[in-house]
Amino acid sequence: MSEKLNIEVPTMAELVARGEQPEILFWVGCAGSYDERAQKTTRDICKILHHVGIKYAVLGTEESCTGDPAKRAGNEFLFQMQAMTNIEILNGYDIKKIVTGCPHCFNTIKNEYPGLGGNYEVIHHTQLIQDLITEGKLKAEGGESFKGKKITYHDPCYLGRANGVYEAPRKALEVLDAQLVEMKRCKSNGLCCGAGGAQMFKEPEKGNKDINIERIEEALETNPGIIAAGCPFCMTMLSDGVKMKDKSDQVQVLDIAEITVRANGL
Amino acid sequence: MISQILFIAITIAAVILFSINVKKVIRNIRLGRDADRSDQPSKRLITMLKVAFGQSKMVVRPIPAALHFVVYAGFVIINIEVLEIMIDGIFGTHRIFGGLGTLYNFLIGSFEILALGVWLACVIFLIRRNILKLKRFMASELEGWPKSDANYILFTEVLLMTAFLLMNAADAKLQTLGVSHYTTAGSFPVSQFLIPLLPDQPSALIALERGCWWFHIIGILAFLNYLPYSKHFHILFAFPNTYYSNLEPKGEFTNMQSVTNEVKAMLDPSFVPAEAAAGRFGAKDVNDLTWINLMNAYTCTECGRCTSVCPANITGKLLSPRKIMMDTRDRMEEVGKSLDQKGPGLEDGKSLIDDYITREEIWACTSCNACVEACPINIDPLAIITELRRYAVMEESQAPSSINTMLGNIENNGAPWKYSPADRFNWAKEN
Repeated sequence: MSEKLNIEVPTMAELVARGEQPEILFWVGCAGSYDERAQKTTRDICKILHHVGIKYAVLGTEESCTGDPAKRAGNEFLFQMQAMTNIEILNGYDIKKIVTGCPHCFNTIKNEYPGLGGNYEVIHHTQLIQDLITEGKLKAEGGESFKGKKITYHDPCYLGRANGVYEAPRKALEVLDAQLVEMKRCKSNGLCCGAGGAQMFKEPEKGNKDINIERIEEALETNPGIIAAGCPFCMTMLSDGVKMKDKSDQVQVLDIAEITVRANGL
Repeated sequence: MISQILFIAITIAAVILFSINVKKVIRNIRLGRDADRSDQPSKRLITMLKVAFGQSKMVVRPIPAALHFVVYAGFVIINIEVLEIMIDGIFGTHRIFGGLGTLYNFLIGSFEILALGVWLACVIFLIRRNILKLKRFMASELEGWPKSDANYILFTEVLLMTAFLLMNAADAKLQTLGVSHYTTAGSFPVSQFLIPLLPDQPSALIALERGCWWFHIIGILAFLNYLPYSKHFHILFAFPNTYYSNLEPKGEFTNMQSVTNEVKAMLDPSFVPAEAAAGRFGAKDVNDLTWINLMNAYTCTECGRCTSVCPANITGKLLSPRKIMMDTRDRMEEVGKSLDQKGPGLEDGKSLIDDYITREEIWACTSCNACVEACPINIDPLAIITELRRYAVMEESQAPSSINTMLGNIENNGAPWKYSPADRFNWAKEN
């Protein structure tokens, strides 16, 4: 059910053509646009937005990489070229509020775009979900029951340590009546999945273990049914880790948005 | 009289020597580029009080936090005693504050208890390093001088506290014997237990008391002058270092103004930058880093909390954030030495990157900020790694080939993978 998208996703260009303005822009990100696994999360975020009736839009083909991996890799030129191009488009559409499906996009637009002329209110999709829960617009009913299921949440570095967002994703899980178990290294002490800082795009340096294996071993110690993620790159690293450990049939790796969609039967 | 002159001479010499060395350190830090951290003074003050004075980030590891707190409190509070020693030394008095009566007895009593605490804590620290061999203290970057440095510091503190307690014990015994000059002052809750071990002749006791007094004060002055050569410099630098902490979200990397100017000029040919671009992009050597990065390096006390949480280091990669800080300081010291001996214009063919920090190290970083979070005094190794990457990529075009592929994809397709921008919205259509 959560695979399919039976709704029209409005683009900014369409909205503007109709003389309308969205309440919030959904910044999908490269992984959310192209990575098959992350596309599911993207569609689920749209379902949530549609379900609660928030007027939103995406940039569609007008969106481009925020420049995050270029900046972390040290290519400030490329980063700023990307940033300024994106800012021009965002400002052209007079965007005020943005929700992102990726902590890296979230961090970059929220923290690094203002200095280059891009000032927006930026939230991550787990914060949106938390807000919707608090406002009573989102519940956990009408769908799959997670009651009593063991869920462990992996903090993405760029959401947690980088921006201090620890509670929103947990709040989205608490509403499920599931059994939330923390890993030994969690919150500000959370261990990286191994993808950040442009590591996603290269082979790791010589060592005695891959970082995602170190992390998945710790996650599996909590004996979870579900490992919850909030980042498409963590998603890849954690899913690969579960596969490597031959646990795919016992442990699911799901984004908070996917879990929310399932719980609400969207 | 001679001892007073000697005391004054030693103290003045120690203070002058220390000032000269501190000036050199400040000069070395000033080799760095400008960085403005003068904003939000009240928030900075609060950060300093919380993190440096209140040691709020130490509590993550309760055992070393408690031991460290004892040593820290001992250091700060026992220094009130040093003030008395200074006055006594200059004017030839004995326990000048003794007139405070009960308050004085309370103070000396507290110092003694603290001194015992410091003594025990330092012994435990020595055991942790040399007998238990905690993993954090066994890393390869600590071999040689850094390991000795740590042991010298702890051993010296043990000796200083021993001298302090022995001095008090001898003094107490002299007081009960009614020897002139040794007026009754102070209470000795700890050193009273040492009294039975001491000789009974007043002359021997005086020799012991004076010997320990001189050892204690000369030890402290020598220790002061040891700081600029040691990781122990953190006892002073922790304060300015936390005051000048990064107050922005940790995920925010600085936007390089020099690049902004060039990119703006590229996008809009009529754009004229307010200031000319300065120097190279990123950091090849220490003088390309900011003074904050360099102050961080002098502040590092090599505790290794950063390295112990680094995902790259945990999984056996070469990268160690602590080594990044140690290398930066070592290179800075080398440049400083050359400035002292040969004046400006060092051309030794060496640089921070490659000769100290290898490419393998900087490319192993996931920029996860665990090291920054873990540092008890807000040192930022990630900022240095980023500057080195910037140099490698923007000045040399030397990145791992897969990184170059990723950068090329962003440039050509607006995504780090090789997909067409025209397909970017396909996720909404593929049902």
